[in-house]
Amino acid sequence: MHALIAEGLRKRYGDLAALDGFDLHVPAGVIHGLLGPNGAGKTTAVKALATLIDVDEGTASVAGFDVRTQAGRVRRSIGLVGQNAAVDEVLSGRQNLVMFARLYGLNSADARTRADGLLGTFGLADAADRPVKTYSGGMRRRLDIAAGLILTPAVLFLDEPTTGLDPRARNEVWTSIREVAARGTTVLLTTQYLDEADQLASGVTVVDHGRVIAEGSPEKLKRQVGGDRVTITLHDGIEEAARRLGGEADRESGTITVEVTSGLMAIVRTLDELGVAVEDLQLRRPTLDEAFLKLTGTEASR
Amino acid sequence: MTTLRAGWILTRRELAHWRREPWGPIFGLVFSIMLLLVFGFLFGGAITVPGGGDYIAFLLPGMMALSMMFGVETTATKMAADAGKGITDRFRSMPIGSASPALGRVGADMTNSAAELAVLLVGGLAIGWRIESDPGSAALAVLLLLLLRFSMLWIGIFVGLTFRGGGATAAVQVLVWPIGFLSTAIVSAETMPAWLGAVAAWNPLSATATAARELFGNPTGMTGGVLADHAVWLALGWPLLLAAIFIPLSARAYRRLRD
Repeated sequence: MHALIAEGLRKRYGDLAALDGFDLHVPAGVIHGLLGPNGAGKTTAVKALATLIDVDEGTASVAGFDVRTQAGRVRRSIGLVGQNAAVDEVLSGRQNLVMFARLYGLNSADARTRADGLLGTFGLADAADRPVKTYSGGMRRRLDIAAGLILTPAVLFLDEPTTGLDPRARNEVWTSIREVAARGTTVLLTTQYLDEADQLASGVTVVDHGRVIAEGSPEKLKRQVGGDRVTITLHDGIEEAARRLGGEADRESGTITVEVTSGLMAIVRTLDELGVAVEDLQLRRPTLDEAFLKLTGTEASR
Repeated sequence: MTTLRAGWILTRRELAHWRREPWGPIFGLVFSIMLLLVFGFLFGGAITVPGGGDYIAFLLPGMMALSMMFGVETTATKMAADAGKGITDRFRSMPIGSASPALGRVGADMTNSAAELAVLLVGGLAIGWRIESDPGSAALAVLLLLLLRFSMLWIGIFVGLTFRGGGATAAVQVLVWPIGFLSTAIVSAETMPAWLGAVAAWNPLSATATAARELFGNPTGMTGGVLADHAVWLALGWPLLLAAIFIPLSARAYRRLRD
């Protein structure tokens, strides 16, 4: 049973093809990552699936309902958390949730109960009666997600839920997302961060220029993308070291970037043999740009 | 039914705003009174009303009409703010009628403007303005004023949905002043150069202002002309015409969010 199906979605904005034959199949009950750079078509895909926009071509269904012909049923089955926190800044967290619950058709008493339950789940009980404008970025995001969960939807769309958050707030939001999925809601998560998809998703679809360019488990993608990278800063002998290590030299910054294929020790040993003075050595995950370079052979669109 | 219910919930959202942050609406009411005092006393001494009559008596219905028109700013600004912040998108992803967000705006803004009208009525009575007609006519005057506000609401909704950035609302804020003053709201058209007076007479705001003067039994500042002869009908017709144009345009702008 698939919670989300999209087949051949196309959407043009003037000359720009925001979706250019986009396909997606997400089984029920998982967190699925939609990974891609800015302008890749992630948000357009989410909006099409959430019945916010009409596509020019293609079909899509959410929780078994066709987005075009059964939009009302789809809306009862989804929660949408867009890129901007779509909550009322003046009202308190509780007032926001009660309002959204009432809009979903709950009566006054049920709306209050539901709001209290969600405030507890998302760690906002203490701040429940404060105006949202006093909330931190992470709290706002969590309230935003809570508002998308009033009816315990079959599918929750999260459009870049951690963009602009500090690491601590990001962790809090990640925890919330895992809890949502643990309760059986299918989550479609768009992100620009490879490690976010890696942390949360069991399946990842990589998009660029409105098209799927890679798909699979995070492990599979990481294998395709390759291992960690080491950035080495040297005083001199950059060219020679880069050649020996099989890395890329950047003369201006005096650094070499090397993909770690057979362990960090081999790299260190080579540097030692060369007898060059190492100023700095940093191990890091591949960036989205590097991942794109590997997956597509071209630079990510910007 | 569910559309109306959702509209009412969204109206209550605005009422909750006023309880949380009363200074915005209070300042709005103070501003109305301030304008009234500025024109009534600061400029009023230099203004004579053609056809005779006291300027304060002439001014009050005009100020009421002006305040109804200025309401378009509030509507456009708030509509654009919701659309820009993604709250409108959240509403659109929910199982509520597509007219609900607009109905919520109508409920909230009509309440706000009714309060403004009440403040101007009381303020006017305090500075010597009187209703010189029967209660039925006075009630009709109030209804026509609210009808003008209703038509302005749909212009505001259309502008707010069409230009979701801040730019449009800034344009509205700049435009309401010349449009507001190029009418008979504050001075009679008969004191203007002929061509300007003709433009002012055809301003929908002038129709409501003149009709309200007539119905309150106040001086109209007019000695003849189409407007003087048919003010009530024009004050009914103009807003209905504007609403007939801008309700479908607003609906279209809302649907076009889907593109």
